[in-house]
Amino acid sequence: MSTVVDDHNHEAHHDHKPSGITRWLFTTNHKDIGSMYLWFSLIMFFVGGAMAMVIRAELFQPGLQLVEPQFFNQMTTVHGLVMIFGAVMPAFTGLANWMVPMMIGAPDMALPRMNNWSFWILPFAFVILLSSLFMEGGGPDFGWTFYAPLSTTYSNDSTALFVFAVHIMGISSIMGAINVIVTIINMRAPGMTYMKMPLFVWTWLITAFLLIAVMPVLAGAVTMVLTDKYFGTSFFDAAGGGDPVMFQHIFWFFGHPEVYIMILPSFGIVSAIIPAFSRKKLFGYSSMVYATASIAILSFLVWAHHMFTTGMPVFAELFFMYCTMLIAVPTGVKVFNWVATMWRGAISFEVPMLFALAFVILFTIGGFSGVMLAMTPVDFQYHDTYFVVAHFHYVLVTGAIFSIMAASYYWLPKWSGHMYDTTLARLHFWSSLISVNVLFFPMHFAGLAGMPRRIPDYAVQFADINQITSIGGFAFGLSQLIFLWLVIKCARGGEKAPAKPWDGAEGLEWTVPSPAPYHTFETPPKVE
Amino acid sequence: MSNQGPDNSKIVKRLLLTVAGMFAFGFALVPLYDAFCEVTGFNGRTNNEPAAVSQHEVDKSRTVRVQFITRTAQGIPWKFEPEIKEVRVHPGEVRVVNFLAANPTSDDMVAQAIPSIAPAEASLYLNKVECFCFNQQPLAAGNDAEMPMQFYIDPEIPDHITTFTLSYTLYDMTANATPESLALLESTE
Repeated sequence: MSTVVDDHNHEAHHDHKPSGITRWLFTTNHKDIGSMYLWFSLIMFFVGGAMAMVIRAELFQPGLQLVEPQFFNQMTTVHGLVMIFGAVMPAFTGLANWMVPMMIGAPDMALPRMNNWSFWILPFAFVILLSSLFMEGGGPDFGWTFYAPLSTTYSNDSTALFVFAVHIMGISSIMGAINVIVTIINMRAPGMTYMKMPLFVWTWLITAFLLIAVMPVLAGAVTMVLTDKYFGTSFFDAAGGGDPVMFQHIFWFFGHPEVYIMILPSFGIVSAIIPAFSRKKLFGYSSMVYATASIAILSFLVWAHHMFTTGMPVFAELFFMYCTMLIAVPTGVKVFNWVATMWRGAISFEVPMLFALAFVILFTIGGFSGVMLAMTPVDFQYHDTYFVVAHFHYVLVTGAIFSIMAASYYWLPKWSGHMYDTTLARLHFWSSLISVNVLFFPMHFAGLAGMPRRIPDYAVQFADINQITSIGGFAFGLSQLIFLWLVIKCARGGEKAPAKPWDGAEGLEWTVPSPAPYHTFETPPKVE
Repeated sequence: MSNQGPDNSKIVKRLLLTVAGMFAFGFALVPLYDAFCEVTGFNGRTNNEPAAVSQHEVDKSRTVRVQFITRTAQGIPWKFEPEIKEVRVHPGEVRVVNFLAANPTSDDMVAQAIPSIAPAEASLYLNKVECFCFNQQPLAAGNDAEMPMQFYIDPEIPDHITTFTLSYTLYDMTANATPESLALLESTE
């Protein structure tokens, strides 16, 4: 696809940078900021994971053993917020920071100072959110969806902190998105036309537009919650002429595009890895681009499928049901393309490929349960049960998180300059793969049998299923420590990685040495 | 570095405008939602304005069952019930149904009833000539009251709606009482 003419000697005379903490505080280098995003995301993954462990420990047996119900609710709420806004989204932004400039042959992001800001406000948002857990009355306990009136009439005093934390997270992701868009529009190397861009760049471009469109709506929703709670407005208060159902409409108008924000970059990652280890070009490149765009557009027309049980007219239910099922078509195109890419390829099973393959299969399972949930009549049974929990964890954990793991294993040699311990990596993969299914698959059955979500206690007939689920949960949590150890080990040393450790890999990022020099592509590469 | 397209600051400006626009759109959804509900009957809200007295002919060929449900929100210990749980009316026929409210507490209180109709579609055809839900309802400590609701059903109501339920939820508005309700409270003492 591309070659670089002159890239020697970069490292030699451009690699000076401030040392110590100021390097990280004041850096405008996309690689530094990318690394900080990725480390932050990893820390948040363990923070949110610790909360999941509390949840699974409490649910190990029926009855209340370990925590108070109100604290349990805080755990489910903050687990969701931390994993979405702290783990998955910053991981994608970190990957975009590292990879987008290198993939399009740009020397850095277009707006480096704003890039520094968009990262550094993020830790403050999470300090605010997490410290609210230690307040008198506790942290937010109304679910990550903060439905009114739970978050207005019935919420505790930490709600203001929750609102400000979400504002800051929103500002951070909007700045990140603006940066990605400007970079992609203006910084492509000569010859890097839109239809030559790697799919990770394409999917991130579309994701960035989704972020620009819906994060402000989320900011509006939390602002309305804030004024309803503290300033006497009645946006969602029926007594004052407002409507709590309207909260759900506004929230899910943000919330549904948000779920695609958390999966489209995964599609880009998997579309890079599968061709590399199948040693074939990606099947149906342009259909991938159009499918991504279609998913993004459709994501604005399906929000009310989260609200089938609110008593909508049948016509509206049918409209949202059909639009939702329509999303299965472009998603199916993608899965088909990945399978077709592997068809008759010379496949090898390095760790990134293992995660990518697990992604394709397990994300598709999550997609199928999504189609089940899309059907209005059956949704009345599944709504707010563990079936929903199973569904969105299949698309988010074995979907988004597995793709982030795949990306890490794919590009870690490029970032660190070292090959990682593949034995540990394989151990991480297999233990994660098995435990994640022990964790989430039985949840489908618990949900179908009627176990409601977000409860600290449950009827005894669900005891066995929850015990299995919890064991899977603990195993999955422990497996991630292998990943942490592996990343630390790889960052500190190891076998020197060549510029292109994967023989089938394509793209400009493999034309620079490993580790990627501090400054790359100061002279734009030539793209054929 | 920019080699194609407009320069960075232009794109940033446009994107920031989009962000501001979408933030405003979030708030614009509030009146839009209200207007949408009013036009389509979505979500079962009813008018808060009195309807004109029925000029329609009574359609004796049909009867519609209208059921009444009452509920009190958290924090208001009033008794609140319809005098009759269900009426059968011909479209166009004007009926009065009384709702009984009692304030058993030792405090003067002000309440507001919020209506909702299921199925939502029926809300387009329910016309209230007079309703206690149009205003706040003050009740002195220990008092009770009979609150009337006068309505008729638009004869245009589609044939498939044979039954609908009108529900009222009573909210405590003592802290946000209007001057009129406070004046009414004083006059009863």
